Amino acid sequence: MKPRPFDYVQPETAEEAVALLADYGDEARILAGGQSLVPMLNLRLIEPAVLIDISRLAAFGAIHDHGDYIEIGAAVTQNTLLAWRELKLKLPLLAAALPFVGHFQTRNKGTVCGSIAHADPSAELPLALAVLGGAVVLRSKRGERVVAAEAFQQDMLTTAREPDELVAAVRFPAIEGKGVAFNEVARRHGDFAMVAVAAIADRRGAVMLGVGGMAGRPMVRAVDGDAAGAVREWAEELEGYEDLHASAALRRDLLCNLAPRVIEEAKQCAA
Amino acid sequence: MTEQLGKRILRKEDPALLSGRGRYADDLPVAVGTLHAHVVRSPHAHAEILGINTAKALAHDGVWTVITGQDVRKLSDPFLTAIKTPVQQWALAVERVRYVGEPVALIVAESRYLAEDAAELIEIEYEPLEAVLDPIAACQKSAPLLHPQAETNQVSVRDFSYGDPDAAFARADRRIAMTVPFHRLSFTPIECYVVVAHYNPAKGSYDVLANFQGPFSIHPVMARALRVPGSKLRLRIPPDSGGSFGIKLSVFPYVVLMALAAKITGRPVKWVEDRIEHLVAASSGPNRVTEIEAAVDKDGRVLGLKLDQLEDYGAFLRAPMPGPLYRMHGAVTGAYDIAHVAVTNRVVLTNKMPASLIRGFGGPQLYLALERLMHRIAVELKLDPLEVIKRNLIGAPKFPYRAAAGALYDSGDYLGAVTETTGGGRLDELKRRRAAARKDGRLYGIGFAAVVEPAMSNMGYLSTLLTAQARDKAGPKNGAVSMATVNVDPLGAISVTADVTVQGQSAETVLAQIVAGELGLEPGDVTVVLEMDTAKDQWSIAAGTYSSRFASGTAVAAHMAAVQMRDKLKAIGAKQLNVLPDDVELAGGKIRSRTNPDNALPFGRVAGTSHWSPVMLPQDMAPALSETGVWSPPELEPPAHDDRINTSLTYGFIFDMCGVEIDPVSYAVRVDRYVTMHDAGRLMNPMVAEGQIRGAFAQGVAAALYEEFIYNEEGAFLTGTFADYLVPTVAEIPEVEILHMESPSPFTPLGAKGLAEGNCMSTPACIANAIADALSVRDVILPATPRRIHALLRPPQAEKAGKP
Repeated sequence: MKPRPFDYVQPETAEEAVALLADYGDEARILAGGQSLVPMLNLRLIEPAVLIDISRLAAFGAIHDHGDYIEIGAAVTQNTLLAWRELKLKLPLLAAALPFVGHFQTRNKGTVCGSIAHADPSAELPLALAVLGGAVVLRSKRGERVVAAEAFQQDMLTTAREPDELVAAVRFPAIEGKGVAFNEVARRHGDFAMVAVAAIADRRGAVMLGVGGMAGRPMVRAVDGDAAGAVREWAEELEGYEDLHASAALRRDLLCNLAPRVIEEAKQCAA
Repeated sequence: MTEQLGKRILRKEDPALLSGRGRYADDLPVAVGTLHAHVVRSPHAHAEILGINTAKALAHDGVWTVITGQDVRKLSDPFLTAIKTPVQQWALAVERVRYVGEPVALIVAESRYLAEDAAELIEIEYEPLEAVLDPIAACQKSAPLLHPQAETNQVSVRDFSYGDPDAAFARADRRIAMTVPFHRLSFTPIECYVVVAHYNPAKGSYDVLANFQGPFSIHPVMARALRVPGSKLRLRIPPDSGGSFGIKLSVFPYVVLMALAAKITGRPVKWVEDRIEHLVAASSGPNRVTEIEAAVDKDGRVLGLKLDQLEDYGAFLRAPMPGPLYRMHGAVTGAYDIAHVAVTNRVVLTNKMPASLIRGFGGPQLYLALERLMHRIAVELKLDPLEVIKRNLIGAPKFPYRAAAGALYDSGDYLGAVTETTGGGRLDELKRRRAAARKDGRLYGIGFAAVVEPAMSNMGYLSTLLTAQARDKAGPKNGAVSMATVNVDPLGAISVTADVTVQGQSAETVLAQIVAGELGLEPGDVTVVLEMDTAKDQWSIAAGTYSSRFASGTAVAAHMAAVQMRDKLKAIGAKQLNVLPDDVELAGGKIRSRTNPDNALPFGRVAGTSHWSPVMLPQDMAPALSETGVWSPPELEPPAHDDRINTSLTYGFIFDMCGVEIDPVSYAVRVDRYVTMHDAGRLMNPMVAEGQIRGAFAQGVAAALYEEFIYNEEGAFLTGTFADYLVPTVAEIPEVEILHMESPSPFTPLGAKGLAEGNCMSTPACIANAIADALSVRDVILPATPRRIHALLRPPQAEKAGKP
């Protein structure tokens, strides 16, 4: 469990970071919190020529409140966001979801953007970004582009990021006057969810439901009326998948058991 | 003396450990020029090794040598085993690999990084063979053979009969049978294996640091493999341990491997096992399939018992295996008064990592079968499960009680313990909660388990697997020696050494309590040094920390040493105080006249006399204040001609009771209430006892609900990381109510019994019984994961066809 040899670079500016990425492309990896990257290095699952450490770049260290959305820089850790004093007011869904992300210790290092960039299908932060309809800011030497969440995460560990781009920030829409709820089923506290569910309800009872752990990426759908029936139908459509801890059938039943409760909680929260 | 035993004294170990000052194996400095090793492991469950080309790996920067099975075969002998079979095992695979993760080659380089880089360059050609994973399939004639020269995978079969089981079954009203599998798991210490080996060519001797835990009966196994007398294998055990739970015994093949690497390279060689290696290949408890059947009368009284225990030890039978099958043998009837028993023990080898020591050691497998059967008897006879347990418990007047298969249960009041546990409104509360849950349509069940917990193994129990004739030929094996030494220095400072290795049982604290109490001092006055050095410390084959031997073994030896020292100091003091020795007492740091306490000398003054002025000692007294206590209880007799064996010295009792609910959303088993009653004789330090019970309980819950080593049908290992092998954290472990009774053991001077393994034995059975009650099912497969519970509640055939 030792990595192959690699170079380590600590750029001093964001421009330098993207310039390095332009040079190395596929051969480089961005190091922010390292909570997924370092284990993959040690397992020799990846073999980068260079690590570009952006964790100390001031340009990526901020949480910006733009009014209708909150922009979170690439070096902001999960615990920094969890401690942000406006979180409950502006991003209540993240306030609900972040405590499920890993453990206190891993949240001290793990970044919000790192989780989005890693794109695990059952991770909480990509699910929250998807159900909120957020966006990802990608920067390269060529410039900057903003990609909607639904277009960003394409499949398991696969995103729209080009090799010379880094995830510079993510944008979570601020929501007001709506109710939110988040819950998941995992084997242990802090594990990746078997099934995770996020819901946003408006005062008239219209619900946006997001689900993680049922497909290669978080799935989102509007649910009106009979929540239990709609969820059952959606679960059959999604099918789910099998791994060591859950059969596809268990995943479908977990979704059917969990989602109506989360929807109800979001509705009550909205009322 | 000042009574120190029984006090809740804070752990002496904690200030160092809690402030980051523990000295673990990997923390200790190594010699300049130490090389680092990396083990190349088999990706196949079963394959012939056609060839190994090491040229490219050897040519890599910083690589000193690459060792293969051929080198190991030339330089060492196969490991000794408990059963004489043609099955041979070396420190590296020779000609064939038999499990995923089996060591195939060792790369020794200037750093671990370079060694792992070179590992990618080694070329090993395999010819895959059919693998067999299931223990029952492995017994069939058509099964692929792991060791063709053994001509079978079932390397040991023994039948035992005690009393007249056939007559008991013939006269019974009912026969109730079950098949109970127990799964494979390990208790993963935080610290993995560490070995640092030196070879001295001038003396032809090895000096090895390893976080080995004992039993030291394995020291001769290592020495023999290295072809040296034991005195030329100096083994040092570090002062602190990041946990063991039995697992650290199995570092021994790596001790031999690194010793050989040190010999080949002429440099010290260090190896630190990583977590991936640990999970795939370190050690595991054996999985077992038990066919168990009871002959019962209509009141649920068990007249006779039959067990067929098929235990799967993986690819090799390493010493001291098949221990788990025989450690419980004398106590195979558990807490019940059953006179007629038939036991068949079968040992099978499959393409999995070799099984070995693990906390509980045979108890979890036995009691899951026995306690599930007791529950099943109640269900089938429409009786209350608690009533069936009570009707069969051994009565208090019968102690000491000779169990059918030979265990001599020292003391207890089993029915009293059950009554106290279920009383105080505890069982009523459980029943109320169950009734309320069921009224709401929730699934809730109550479980019980009654368990006898053996401690301090008879070193002769394993020879029960031989026939009486073979035993006669081999010579008797029995007993268990414990040793401890108390030293008093010229200023009266006390130090203690003992034949245990440190692995978290608070031996340092309790030894200080024992010795301080006898010498009229405080535990803080006693320094306990437990790092071990086989070249200089006292040890026997029974040494080490395993089979809960501390309370019934080493603690007694320390007490004996302290009493010897106390009596010596009394005699020395008597002369100086001008009184008779009987009038001398040691109290409050003084040695004084009991009748005239003003006639007193400081403890250190009397101690100093022995060092500075031996001529002033009483006549015939040996000088030097160093006393060793050696304890070997007579109750540990060799197996009798009729195969009865007193497998352990002391036998504690545990009664567990719990309520579980199936979570309606997640299908997880939630432990709602758990009560565990322990009778471990006299408690030496109730706080330490509680810590041990909580730890064993956590691992019992882990075995019941979380932890399992999973292989697929081809033998691939699927639980190679902590994302797949689920060790519960403190967030997953339910609260437990701990109760105590004290029935002191008449067989040890302190009356104390071991208690650190009990809940590993009782908790899986108790939870499984509660699940069976909640779901009204006959078979409960552990661990009872949401996936398994879901499959029971919503069987796959109810699904739409064509689903994955």
